[in-house]
Amino acid sequence: MQELILSDNHNINKTKTRQETAKVISKYFFLSLKYVILGLFVITVFLPIIPILFGSLKDGNEFFASGVLDFPKSWKWNNYKTAFIDGNMLTGFINTLIIMIVSLAVSVLTGAMTSYVLHRFVFKGQKVVKNLFLLATLIPNITNNIATFQIISWLNLFNTRWAGILLFSGTDIISVYIMMQFLDSISKSMDESAMIDGASYLRIFLVIIFPLLMPAIITVFIIKGVAIYNDFVTPFLFMPSPDLAMISTALYNFKGPFAASWEIISAGVILITLPMLASFVVMQKWIYNGLVMGSVKE
Amino acid sequence: MIRYKTQRRIMITGFLFVPLVLLLLFTYLPSLFVFYFSFQQWNGISDMEFVKFQNYVAIFTDPEIFKPLLNSFYYMVGAVVQMALGLFLATLLSFKVVLKNVFKGTFFFPYLINSVAVGLMFSFFFRSDGVLNSILHIFAIRNTPDWLRLNFWNNVLLAGVSIWKYMGFNLVMFIGAIQSISKEIYEAAEIDGANKFQIFFKIIYPAIRNIILLNLILAIKGAVSVYEIPYTMTGGTFGTSTFVIKTLQIGISTRYRQVGLASAMSFVLLGIVLVVTVIQRLMFKEKNDF
Repeated sequence: MQELILSDNHNINKTKTRQETAKVISKYFFLSLKYVILGLFVITVFLPIIPILFGSLKDGNEFFASGVLDFPKSWKWNNYKTAFIDGNMLTGFINTLIIMIVSLAVSVLTGAMTSYVLHRFVFKGQKVVKNLFLLATLIPNITNNIATFQIISWLNLFNTRWAGILLFSGTDIISVYIMMQFLDSISKSMDESAMIDGASYLRIFLVIIFPLLMPAIITVFIIKGVAIYNDFVTPFLFMPSPDLAMISTALYNFKGPFAASWEIISAGVILITLPMLASFVVMQKWIYNGLVMGSVKE
Repeated sequence: MIRYKTQRRIMITGFLFVPLVLLLLFTYLPSLFVFYFSFQQWNGISDMEFVKFQNYVAIFTDPEIFKPLLNSFYYMVGAVVQMALGLFLATLLSFKVVLKNVFKGTFFFPYLINSVAVGLMFSFFFRSDGVLNSILHIFAIRNTPDWLRLNFWNNVLLAGVSIWKYMGFNLVMFIGAIQSISKEIYEAAEIDGANKFQIFFKIIYPAIRNIILLNLILAIKGAVSVYEIPYTMTGGTFGTSTFVIKTLQIGISTRYRQVGLASAMSFVLLGIVLVVTVIQRLMFKEKNDF
């Protein structure tokens, strides 16, 4: 009798360990499955990029003779020089830089001014102004270009840098909203004590509000900066002259002269991507937050 | 010292002047013009001619124009796939994962790559002696096509490129939403013996349903206004044109411009986006910002 019970116990223990082994195996199976899946998606992200990166370092003959996934042998760094100088990318970067600096400055400033006025003052027509900005998000800009094109032509701004600057300079409800939300956290008692000291509203805005608004300003700066750097439609439609190319259009123009030289196109693709990669690595959290905030508020 | 009341008036007018002029000049005025032009026949230079609804009729009867509008469906289906993938990966990454931030960053980065660069990269990927066919050759698959000239499949692949570029953005939004669920709920569920599937469907999904809907709506708006990726890859040839490509070609690029017709197309697109947005507002009524 006792023996029987013992052996029974033994059997129970055996099934128990067997169950546990099964559990461990399934745990490791799912664990490795997770990394296999993630790994596959990482490959999917890199698969189109790697042949371009390798190709950008091959010379023309090697590019055609070698397989797309073959490691470069000729290490032709000169492709980058060709893309940068002959491919007009230098002009593209300079134009992008000029247009970005001016329009980001104006856009951030007008955004801050609009939010300051809307947040701190109560006035007739306030609601109208808010609604005008709010309603504007419903209108897809891309469709408006047909008429914007006519307006830019009438203003004699077609094929000038001013077209880009003006079109990127405006503020929008997303920037205004992000800044207004931040203004909530800047106490009004600060404005009031400055007023007791006799400071003007302009001075309060410039000396107190604007510096304290910095985190919101950086967020807006990032959303707009990424949008301008990556915009293709505006320079393509309004500034077609090669001298006025921004980086998107400079790269697009590669399709003409370098149509048969994929090693130069590849170098151009890498060149346009590097500044974004660098900014992303340095400001990862800011970029995530900025873009997510920007779209959730839409 | 100017009185505060006067100062206030100066500030309001002064500070709002430039932003409002830019807003009116480059958002509202074009919309009004687009509406007005859409009833005219006009090449942008000579006199306009009032043609009533003729341009609108043309959109829905001319297959040259209507087919690109139908192509939006490829991108809408793509958007749904994109959401599903984003959600799946976001869920995977919100459990314990080594190098979590590296994975997140890798999946997100394509979103920041310039569309022209993405277009060129994938032109090379899909062309007849490109990356995809080279890989297929490794697996001894011969007679591979020139993908971007292959009817139907070219649109599917273009939508795929869109997914490649934009999925990471949804992923980041979903991860953010999932992280905002309190840890105690997971712990309680695990004590109660819930498995991963139950955790997903009973806890994660209900908590982020709103953000999924919001993303889906943004994606539908994106799908009807697709432009850069197909334009840089195919220029809209071989049946891959989209509504916006067609609109800009007719209204701006061609030598014989038809500003009226292009404006009517713009207005139809505006209408579609407005309808989608109204649906969005109705769904998220409680979260009205202003």
